[in-house]
Amino acid sequence: MTELLYLAAAVLFIFGLKQLSGPRTARRGNVLAAGGMLLAVVVTLVDAAIVTWGTIIAGLATGTVIGAVLAARIQMTAMPQLVAAFNGFGGAASALVALAELERFDAVFAEETGVTVALSLLIGTVTFSGSFVAFAKLQGLVPGRPLLFPGAQVINATLGAGAVALGTWAVLADAAPAYWSIVAVAFVLGILGVTPIGGADMPVVISLLNSLSGVAAAMAGFVIGNSALIIGGALVGAAGFILTVLMGQAMNRSLANVLFSGFGTEGGPAVATGDKPVNRATPEDVAIAVGYASRVIIVPGYGLAVAQAQHAARDLANALEARGVTVEYAIHPVAGRMPGHMNVLLAEADVSYDLLLDLDQSNPRFPQTDVALIVGANDVVNPSARDDTTSPIYGMPILEVDRARNVVVVKRSLSPGFAGIDNPLFYLENTMMLFADAKAALESVLGALGDV
Amino acid sequence: MSPEFIAGIVVFVLAAFVGLEVISKVPPTLHTPLMSGANAISGITIVGAVVAAGIGEGALATVLGFLAVTAATINVVGGFLVTDRMLEMFRKKPDRR
Repeated sequence: MTELLYLAAAVLFIFGLKQLSGPRTARRGNVLAAGGMLLAVVVTLVDAAIVTWGTIIAGLATGTVIGAVLAARIQMTAMPQLVAAFNGFGGAASALVALAELERFDAVFAEETGVTVALSLLIGTVTFSGSFVAFAKLQGLVPGRPLLFPGAQVINATLGAGAVALGTWAVLADAAPAYWSIVAVAFVLGILGVTPIGGADMPVVISLLNSLSGVAAAMAGFVIGNSALIIGGALVGAAGFILTVLMGQAMNRSLANVLFSGFGTEGGPAVATGDKPVNRATPEDVAIAVGYASRVIIVPGYGLAVAQAQHAARDLANALEARGVTVEYAIHPVAGRMPGHMNVLLAEADVSYDLLLDLDQSNPRFPQTDVALIVGANDVVNPSARDDTTSPIYGMPILEVDRARNVVVVKRSLSPGFAGIDNPLFYLENTMMLFADAKAALESVLGALGDV
Repeated sequence: MSPEFIAGIVVFVLAAFVGLEVISKVPPTLHTPLMSGANAISGITIVGAVVAAGIGEGALATVLGFLAVTAATINVVGGFLVTDRMLEMFRKKPDRR
């Protein structure tokens, strides 16, 4: 009976994920999945031979308060670091479950169970420490740029090999110290693995950690022989895997390249800014350009999130629409710091989701667009990714904003993006540069719009 | 390998294919809520944590159980709540165009 109820919970997860794929049904899907989770927990509380309730109640209460407060108070711009932190807690929980089993059986397992204990410890701990490094980078606690240290790959390969050796020893000799050592090695591996990865690669990293947290849960499921964990973990592992692949494709880079290259650290071609002429624009110039346009496409990037400018963008769009201008938003898959980050921010600002265009919808529209208004994006609109075979980002799919009649770039300075690559877009004849903080710039354009 | 373990591998592989099939059609606009919703589901490890905490033999096991339940609960409760908060904002304006 218990097994069937766990199966019911797993079916609710699948239906929930299925409904999460459409904007209209997504909210119900999330509730269904949460219902499945509640069912699984209640079944366990009733069925398992629980002797000490105090620990469980204390843990559930503490976790509920922390989780609920975090979920209620987080700003939408900070969603990537929150998801990273939740991934970390999930990974930690799976590793802890394996450790508790280790204590209980004094490290004496059947061989196949021993392997899954070792894998739970390894994957769960890497997810935990890697996620918290990602969190620290996204939160600005440590520099977001790639931090490379000499011999990093050799050290990481040694740690990985060490974990395998420890696992083999642990399983064959039922050696508790070997299992515990896996935790220590995995902890360091997670930290060193994520540290060299730059901020703009975070969409890939968060997707991968998400996938790993699922795999860790599935491994814990093998350890305790519970099908709900195996199914739930496998589903999440698959979901994170798909997103990881999609994000890699959106950057034209393999997973190995993201994880090991420390992109942008070699400095790239020397960026000679300052001597090439750009068209500096005032907010009034921009107001005239967008105010008399018939179609404007706004291209948001991470700069919009940093400046919390999503509401200012929406206000400007509303004012333009009131003048009869068609306004849409073009969103690159890796704009921001996690998959779909920009869409969430614009949804928060009450932008209708049917106005949010993806890469394939946007590019055919730019030639018929009067103004492409780029707010805090850089590399995802860099034409050298399309034209310059020597560019480090050559081949990455971009939003072809240079095909619009006019381009307005709102940016704090001419500094290059994370890839350290100059952007020829800025020097085009039909490009206007408005140097300012995204939010202040959009507000002053809105103010100037009243006079044109 | 025990029959249960092999059955577990079968379930794992099939569930992974179900996941690939179900999720590959999610539009980019919903990628963040999808990820945070999936993240909450990975908190299913809470079931294992509850079992570990409930057996309660020895101080170390109790501490590990408590930490496991707490971490998993943060993941589950926070994950589902924040996903709901995001999805609440995804609206289509009927009065547009």
